[in-house]
Amino acid sequence: MSMIFGKLTLKDIPLQEPIIVGATLFMGVVAFATVWLITRHKKWGYLWNEWFTSVDHKKIGIMYIMLAFVMLMRGFADAVMMRTQQAVAVAGATGYLPPDHYDQIFTAHGVIMIFFMAMPFVIGLMNVVVPLQIGARDVAFPFLNSLSFWLTVAGAALINVSLAVGEFARTGWLAYPPLSELSFSPGVGVDYYLWSLQISGVGTTLAGVNFIATILKMRAPGMTLMRMPVFTWTTLCTNILIVAAFPILTVTLALLSLDRYLGMHFFTNDMGGNPMMYVNLIWAWGHPEVYILILPMFGAFSEIISTFSGKSLFGYKSMVYATMAIAVLSFIVWLHHFFTMGAGANVNAFFGITTMIISVPTGVKIFNWLFTMYRGRVRFTTPVLWTIGFMITFTVGGMTGVMMALPAADFVLHNSLFLIAHFHNAIIGGVVFGCFAALNYWFPKAFGFTLNERLGKASFWCWLIGFYVAFVPLYALGFMGMTRRLNHYDNPAWQPWLIVAAVGAGIILLGIMFQIAQLVVSVWKREEYRDVTGDPWGGRTLEWSVSSPPPFYNFAATPVVHDIDAWHDMKKRGQTGVPSHFAPIHMPRDTGAGFIIGMLCIPLGFALVWHIWWLAIASFVGTVAVAIVHSFNEDRDYYVLAEQVAEIEGRRTPALAGEA
Amino acid sequence: MKTLRILQTPGGDDGQGTVPPSAFHVDEHEHHDPAPTVQLGFWIYLMSDCILFAGLFATFAVLSQNFAGGPTGRELFDLPYVAVETALLLLSSLSYGAAMLAVNAGRRGAVMFWLAVTFLLGLAFIGMELNEFHHMIAEGAGPDRSGFLSAFFTLVGTHGLHVTSGLVWMAIMMVQLGLRGLNPTTNRRLMCLSLFWHFLDIVWIGVFSFVYLLGAAA
Amino acid sequence: MGRLISATFRKRKSTMHIPGFHGLRRLSALTPLMLLNGCGWSILDPHGPIGIENRSVILWATLLMLIVVIPVIALTIFFAWRYRASNTAADYAPDWSHSNLIEVVIWTVPALIVAALAVIAWNTSHSLDPYRPIESEAKPVEVQVVALDWKWLFIYPEYHVATVNELAVPVGRPVNFKITSATVMNSFFIPRLGSQVYAMAGMQTKLHLVADRPGTYEGISANYSGEGFSDMKFSTVALDDAGFARWVEKTKAAPAALRLADYQTLAKPSERDPVRYFGSVDPHLYQAILSQNVAVAHEEHTAMNTLPAHQE
Repeated sequence: MSMIFGKLTLKDIPLQEPIIVGATLFMGVVAFATVWLITRHKKWGYLWNEWFTSVDHKKIGIMYIMLAFVMLMRGFADAVMMRTQQAVAVAGATGYLPPDHYDQIFTAHGVIMIFFMAMPFVIGLMNVVVPLQIGARDVAFPFLNSLSFWLTVAGAALINVSLAVGEFARTGWLAYPPLSELSFSPGVGVDYYLWSLQISGVGTTLAGVNFIATILKMRAPGMTLMRMPVFTWTTLCTNILIVAAFPILTVTLALLSLDRYLGMHFFTNDMGGNPMMYVNLIWAWGHPEVYILILPMFGAFSEIISTFSGKSLFGYKSMVYATMAIAVLSFIVWLHHFFTMGAGANVNAFFGITTMIISVPTGVKIFNWLFTMYRGRVRFTTPVLWTIGFMITFTVGGMTGVMMALPAADFVLHNSLFLIAHFHNAIIGGVVFGCFAALNYWFPKAFGFTLNERLGKASFWCWLIGFYVAFVPLYALGFMGMTRRLNHYDNPAWQPWLIVAAVGAGIILLGIMFQIAQLVVSVWKREEYRDVTGDPWGGRTLEWSVSSPPPFYNFAATPVVHDIDAWHDMKKRGQTGVPSHFAPIHMPRDTGAGFIIGMLCIPLGFALVWHIWWLAIASFVGTVAVAIVHSFNEDRDYYVLAEQVAEIEGRRTPALAGEA
Repeated sequence: MKTLRILQTPGGDDGQGTVPPSAFHVDEHEHHDPAPTVQLGFWIYLMSDCILFAGLFATFAVLSQNFAGGPTGRELFDLPYVAVETALLLLSSLSYGAAMLAVNAGRRGAVMFWLAVTFLLGLAFIGMELNEFHHMIAEGAGPDRSGFLSAFFTLVGTHGLHVTSGLVWMAIMMVQLGLRGLNPTTNRRLMCLSLFWHFLDIVWIGVFSFVYLLGAAA
Repeated sequence: MGRLISATFRKRKSTMHIPGFHGLRRLSALTPLMLLNGCGWSILDPHGPIGIENRSVILWATLLMLIVVIPVIALTIFFAWRYRASNTAADYAPDWSHSNLIEVVIWTVPALIVAALAVIAWNTSHSLDPYRPIESEAKPVEVQVVALDWKWLFIYPEYHVATVNELAVPVGRPVNFKITSATVMNSFFIPRLGSQVYAMAGMQTKLHLVADRPGTYEGISANYSGEGFSDMKFSTVALDDAGFARWVEKTKAAPAALRLADYQTLAKPSERDPVRYFGSVDPHLYQAILSQNVAVAHEEHTAMNTLPAHQE
């Protein structure tokens, strides 16, 4: 049997855990219902032709964001379980989650939220927006883009499989050895962790390569580097960080895999291994990762605050330089994650000071947004609310971050709930608020209708209030000496604070429900919210110069850029029409290769987790074979005829002409 | 209601003798030579690969003295043998260079010949490396013996895996050349493979110096 | 006048004389947060000088940053309100996007604050370096700490005793901890007393602490270490000199001994272990654990079993 199934047996399906069984059943039912609905409405062909095989950056971006939303639900369910467990498990009470399950939950929460919620969301936004902002038809390597996405999906799928078959890691989201070594974690949890991150990480690295090439090579004529929209700038810096940091993650995870699979000694306690090296390596990736997530959001906030203040962004140049400074500095601060590992005072002080230096360019950005509002006409739309909520919340998060950058303070705050509060302060207040601001801002561009404002604002207030109610208590608990990842505790004085925090999670849940309602209502009333102008907000950058949603080729004719806010500049000079004539447009052809390779990586990862070697070899050979076959495919592009372009633009023209 | 303005583009003639700042760039013969973009993309990929190797080199540096009572580099490394390996790989870079010259000259036969030479040299290199690994493992100096050996096998083995995938790529290129001859697509791919191949050569020089020479001297 | 780095137990070389840093103790006593003192705020209400200095760093950093944080938050709200679209009375300068003066101010002010913080960071990283021995008139106590799955072993080499999950320290005398782990990574942390340091297998870290008030303080592992982590706690009993002497005598009288073989049993994973006292301890035990050679040492020991035990 082990020849066929490897380590996998029926006992590995956790039927004894009611929560897991429930969650699995729920996922199963949802999946089944989806499949049934698709079949019933005969939508498989549509899905395959329009989505799975699509290399259109806009569709790939939308799929990334849908993945992010699905994984947000999963990660948030984990968060609610943790908060409720800690709210009850006091003074002898063990709560409802035994340690072996609870430990998987906090690990999964971190992994899912960073790798499969925040990353896909951010990369999805880049996909939707960047080619449009720079006046391009697509990204530089459309097939690679599709492959990147489907690899991310494969990683996410593998994590979800771990819920039903086997277990997930019980090591914390960074899987520090020696705990994650075979001797202390003999189960398959860490292997699921390793392969899901490895597969999606390759996808992310490829996305990084793709976007750098896109931004450097495919900008519209006239768009010099210093005329690029700020979101494009921050995307460029983020992707440079991705290309520079993700290989480190790949190496680190590969070395841990070699320890676990081939008995090597990179991070083991004995035989010359060095666990401290893992901690250094993983944070050499991990700290840039934080900026990979936040930089594009800084860009999104810049676009939003400028658009809705009806003003050019204040201090464009210092914004760009600040972004670059942050990107560079993010590589020389990693040691601040472990001041308590016994490095000398000089080393600690160096990394503490570099960390604090990052707060200078970050602070400058906040001031730039402030002075963009100054003498503007600020419209309090949903994206603006998210932006202002971000500016306040992120400032607080930055302050607590600098506190912990002082080694002498970190010695008592390290690993405490204060730390948990700090990074949620920065990641929710920065990245999540940014994603939702950007979603509300660019949604009409991607879908052709705006989102319901009232529900959007309701969800913002729930998130904002819920965030403070959930995390201010954690700051307090950090000062009370409560450390992270506790399954239960003895100190009854902590419980009231944890109950308040759980209530905060409940308020955030309300916010999420408002967001779902916002989507549903907006889709329902889409005709009412239809954006016929292509420019619902009075935008300033090129994505607003095309219709909503844009034609698949984006631009009928490549725009010529004369200023930073290219579209604003065109409007000012009255150049908002369509070209006098059209030329054929060169476009990439759709291909299923990326989808197939990505999907083959699911059995590949699964087989590696369970040591099912025949399946691993077969899937790996399959992926290579598909890639080779794809390399023989010469029918990769085609021309949209000028007449077709004229016809499509003709349909769009009456709408544009109707703009007031 | 606003009337739609038809904007002038460089391709059009406004008949007034003045050309306003153009809003659009319409090129009848929109050139879409992907080669420069692909090359830039490939360079960026190579930089990411470079960081991957940097991580492995750093790991090796940290673990290079962790013998755990097992054999050291001095005891294990056979420098003349590795020197032959190195020579094979360096020669293969040279022969690939010859292949690229033939590409530029448009001589398919010569390209095929030099690719075959490169392939054989690369294959010999991999063969020698596998033989070396085999001997070490047989002597009880496998990757599970010590931190040092784990780092050694992983660094050298990762380079070997890269060379192997380069060989697979080269084989595919020979098939494509045979089927389709030299065209912009194959030329572009041969150029990328060339970058890849020389990159692996440079990495190997690092391996040879830092792992073998320093290891044998220590 | 207090000082940032209290001079109670250490005579520092004057590294920490930033103008305005005097009076910190008084200031921290006035800080509203201090009103919350009393039960449970262990980081803000430390019972040892190291913890007091950790707290001072936190408070000073916070105060310095508030210089810029409060205006930013206030301006955010004010600008958003003042320049709301419906307020047509406010200035509107749609193309205004640059001011050298503002640029200079927004780069300089944060930079100056960070410069001040950097000085604090540098100085306190050194003065509060966990490895730095505390200078004191009193003779320090040596304690060897071993993190096990999931309990703490404390060895007192000077008294040849050992305990599990209870750490006794004399009030007013520095304690020199040498810390290692026989399992995964943990962090040795007594929140009331201040700084923590990781415990790692095959490596020794150091920590120096003092308790300046008698009492019982919770000690924890502050780094997740697996299934039994939540209960991996110990109590730190700070006793006056006489009390500590009595505690040592009491422990010495404990019948249990901790030899290498006993240790191998003890090291097996267990949870919620009760406090245990060992009246004698193998003097090579800590070194054997540190060099990860307990099994080897044990064999050598057994081979030489005719020799008398090393206990004195």
